[in-house]
Amino acid sequence: MTFEPSELQRAVQETARRFAREKIAPVAAENDRAGRFPLDLVRGLGELGLLAVNVPEAYGGSGAGAVAYVLAIMELAAADCATAVTVAVTNMVGETIARFGSDAQRRRYLPPLASGDFPAGAFGLSEPQAGSDAAAMRTRAVRRGDRWILDGEKQWITSGDVAGVIIVWAKTDPDAGTRGVTAFLVERGTPGLAVGRHEEKMGIRASSTVSLAFDGCEISDAQRLGEVGEGFRMALAALEGGRIGIAAQATGAIRAALDACRRYAKERRAFGRPIAEHQAIAFMIADMATDHEAARLMALRAAALKEAGAPFTREAAMAKLLASEAAQRAVSRAVQIHGGYGYTSEFPVETLFRDARAQTIYEGTSEIQRLVIARELLRDR
Amino acid sequence: MDIQLTEEQRQVRDLCREFAEKELKPNARRWDADHVFPREAVRQLAEMGLMGVAIPPEWGGAGMDNVSYAIAMEEISVGCAGTGVIMSVNNSLYCDPLLKFGTEGQKKELLVPFAKGERLGCFALTEPMSGSDAAEMRTVAARRGEEYVLDGSKNFITNGPQADVALVFAMTDKAKKHKGISAFLVPTDANGFIRGKPDEKVGIRASGSCTVFFEGCAIPARHRLGEEGDGFKIAMSTLDGGRIGIAAQALGIARAAFEEARAYAKERKAFGQPISSFQAIQFMLADMATEIDAARLLVWRAASMKDQGVRHSAESAMAKLYASEMSERVTSKAIQIHGGYGYVKEYDVERHWRDSRITEIYEGTSEIQRLVISSSVLKD
Repeated sequence: MTFEPSELQRAVQETARRFAREKIAPVAAENDRAGRFPLDLVRGLGELGLLAVNVPEAYGGSGAGAVAYVLAIMELAAADCATAVTVAVTNMVGETIARFGSDAQRRRYLPPLASGDFPAGAFGLSEPQAGSDAAAMRTRAVRRGDRWILDGEKQWITSGDVAGVIIVWAKTDPDAGTRGVTAFLVERGTPGLAVGRHEEKMGIRASSTVSLAFDGCEISDAQRLGEVGEGFRMALAALEGGRIGIAAQATGAIRAALDACRRYAKERRAFGRPIAEHQAIAFMIADMATDHEAARLMALRAAALKEAGAPFTREAAMAKLLASEAAQRAVSRAVQIHGGYGYTSEFPVETLFRDARAQTIYEGTSEIQRLVIARELLRDR
Repeated sequence: MDIQLTEEQRQVRDLCREFAEKELKPNARRWDADHVFPREAVRQLAEMGLMGVAIPPEWGGAGMDNVSYAIAMEEISVGCAGTGVIMSVNNSLYCDPLLKFGTEGQKKELLVPFAKGERLGCFALTEPMSGSDAAEMRTVAARRGEEYVLDGSKNFITNGPQADVALVFAMTDKAKKHKGISAFLVPTDANGFIRGKPDEKVGIRASGSCTVFFEGCAIPARHRLGEEGDGFKIAMSTLDGGRIGIAAQALGIARAAFEEARAYAKERKAFGQPISSFQAIQFMLADMATEIDAARLLVWRAASMKDQGVRHSAESAMAKLYASEMSERVTSKAIQIHGGYGYVKEYDVERHWRDSRITEIYEGTSEIQRLVISSSVLKD
């Protein structure tokens, strides 16, 4: 048994770490303040293979596997959670197309997603009135010959405005519940697709979140992803992998908080010594470090199972739940350790505090994770 | 990155799980109530090689790795946490330092029969006025020719009432503080070795502990483990391993409580349906299972680092801190899920809750673990 990464995994981790430090970290605060999508970073991320880490090389991906992917996201998130979530969604979209798409779809969409020719991919599942309860979606797709007409509204769509391709879930049989949902690949600029409101978010502000309106949006049947009625199953499968990505992102946030506190606590003095020498502070740091290790191992385990082709539903939900909840504690403590400075934009911990808050919500709230875990635990065996 | 269990590790898990289910679980409630040392179960553990799991066969052990040891500790503690700590003390706190620091002669005489489980060891560091702050110890050992003479007392000594030999830490040079501590292997039948009466404990009542007194207790000089002044280093290095065992024990206790709570929640009905169909109960179970898994990964990581021979002080401390505090939360939730039945001895969860409490205290309190972790994190 070893928890050490392989040589390939370590190489991906190192690549992501270097890019995160050299390119992302210096612009993170400014992008956060301006709420600016880091368009100028995408090409570099693509060149390093970080936009399609777990997509086969034949389609332009890195083919480095789920563990390498998790290690990469941890590094990016430690520099900027917003960039990490943009990259994570693009990876998830790429993996979903690689897994469920036709060969023609793979050849058309994966290379530009991997290279950064597409600034991002987007995942169009949530709606104003259908979040955790995705089956309650109202967006409709009606078949006309070999065309489909989409009508409805999607909300909270990360990168929905800049994405080259959006996976859109719609009801094709409103009476069939979860079996009446089908997925489609909708390209940016398709007539009938309009980008709506840009959400004004408190955190992860350098990621773009928009609503999308479909008004008689017409696409060909060749744009259907998978079989009719199979969409819901595909969405759940994609989110299982996505949850590992968010767990990794939360782990990166904890590490960033820990690193900031380590530096600050050794410099800042109170009562005649560095505050790191007061147990009140040192013990908070010990708890953050322990939580970081637990979160990291949970994310890596779920990724290792995924990579081995084993079931990982429960483990991914556990990783996402534990890491995101631990991140809330860590970033709050990081603000506490920084005192008044932690409450200002002079130090990075206030950004982390706002950014991490999204992690217990998106890609399945903590409550949904607990439902998933409980369902797995209570299943008769 | 490879966290699959090997064939051997799976076998150990299955063997221990079956033993715990058949031999420990049916008796644990009685051992707890009567404060009885499970002599027959310990003999069976010895037969299975579990009293020296990670000790090489040439020294009487089973020659398995530390991950296997952690797995075994978890499974045995699911059945009976008291039996778990008897095993943990002999493995981690007695055999392990003997293997690491003992001379050939010491290993032949004082390791082999203990790793085989024919004899039982204990670890005597804590004193009435010196717990976390081991350097404050008052027990002294004075050299007299070819002997050392020990005077002082040690308390809360797990396995103390039954042990054949105690690994005892004593000051040989008080002026040097912790660098003046040395370690000794003291046969419990030596003149001047006196046992107090067994402690009356809240939990882990199948394991005995007591105070031991040294009154001019003379032992041969060849029973010194390591050099004079090495004692503190030996103690700390031993506890790095011991903490993995206690973390695994805490994990086993939590798992027992979780499994019983899950079974109960599926049977018990309220408001016309099994209580497992209510989110209030489901979410408690989900949190319990999540934290148990996280603790297990921390334990396995520390154990795998020990197997690779790399320093694992901080990782052991993290595993012990997280697993023990998790265990108290999980066992408490298990009581909550059982309602009034959780508070009475008709069910086992009250015992698990009492058993879990010690794991936050012995082999380094949670506070000591946080000191170890923070000093590692804050090191330049």
